[in-house]
Amino acid sequence: MTDTTKALQAREKEEVATPAEQTVPGPTFTPAVDIFETDKALTLVADMPGVKTEDLSIDLHENILSFTGDVIAPEKEGELDVYREYRTGRYVREFTLGELIDQDKIDAELKDGVLRLTLPKVEEAKPRKITVKAA
Amino acid sequence: MIISRLGNWPGMDWWSPYGELERMKQDMDRLTQGMLLRGFQRPRLAGVFPLVNLTEDKDNFFLRAELPGILPENLDISATSNSITISGERRILDESDSTKYHRREREGGRFSRVVSLPDQVDPEKIDANCSNGVLTVTIPKAEKSKPRQISIKAS
Repeated sequence: MTDTTKALQAREKEEVATPAEQTVPGPTFTPAVDIFETDKALTLVADMPGVKTEDLSIDLHENILSFTGDVIAPEKEGELDVYREYRTGRYVREFTLGELIDQDKIDAELKDGVLRLTLPKVEEAKPRKITVKAA
Repeated sequence: MIISRLGNWPGMDWWSPYGELERMKQDMDRLTQGMLLRGFQRPRLAGVFPLVNLTEDKDNFFLRAELPGILPENLDISATSNSITISGERRILDESDSTKYHRREREGGRFSRVVSLPDQVDPEKIDANCSNGVLTVTIPKAEKSKPRQISIKAS
């Protein structure tokens, strides 16, 4: 169970260096993720506040899953900073998947700045119960 | 410095070869000072969740915070004439028992933060909006703290 009485700690976004330079200059951050699996699927949940559906891209190539989300600065023209505690930029993260994923059935949902990716395992990868016979 | 002071004097540049240089130096100083005050300032971290950005225009303050996955009903915003309180709870739902976690980086919990505003505001007209996990609170400045246009009368 999640302890809901716990106080949330403020954390600065983790900035990462991307292997190749971005064409659009700006910071790149690592989104916090939860990854869990069941017999049928692998699910990834990532916090990407400020990302709109059209600015999100998900890619699964070989067994590398990568997802990128761009945040367009919400400040309108004419707004001046009074103070700034967090920065906005791009979210990037990549994972190597150990399981075989059924690429056609990948499901992605982005709601309130949280991405939920469901990656169903291919039939062969689903575990089969192996009964050990007593000799 | 007598030279620099005289360099400022309009019409005195002709005798000081440093006049032009001095002016350039002053321009540079002004520029770097401006940058220090605005863009290049190190963020001042309050260390309290959520981290906020505060901006302003002529009529409003805009307070923004990243609150991914927090439902509006779990968020509580209250205001006085010079401060805003954001409190609430972030719930991370547990998956069913048959799931095995590989990573758990997202955190849930309660939070409460008071942000003091640099000027008087009108707490009656505050508007809050949450989209894509980013909360934007539009805080209209009180009439008396808005900048006033001063007209110059021709004599």
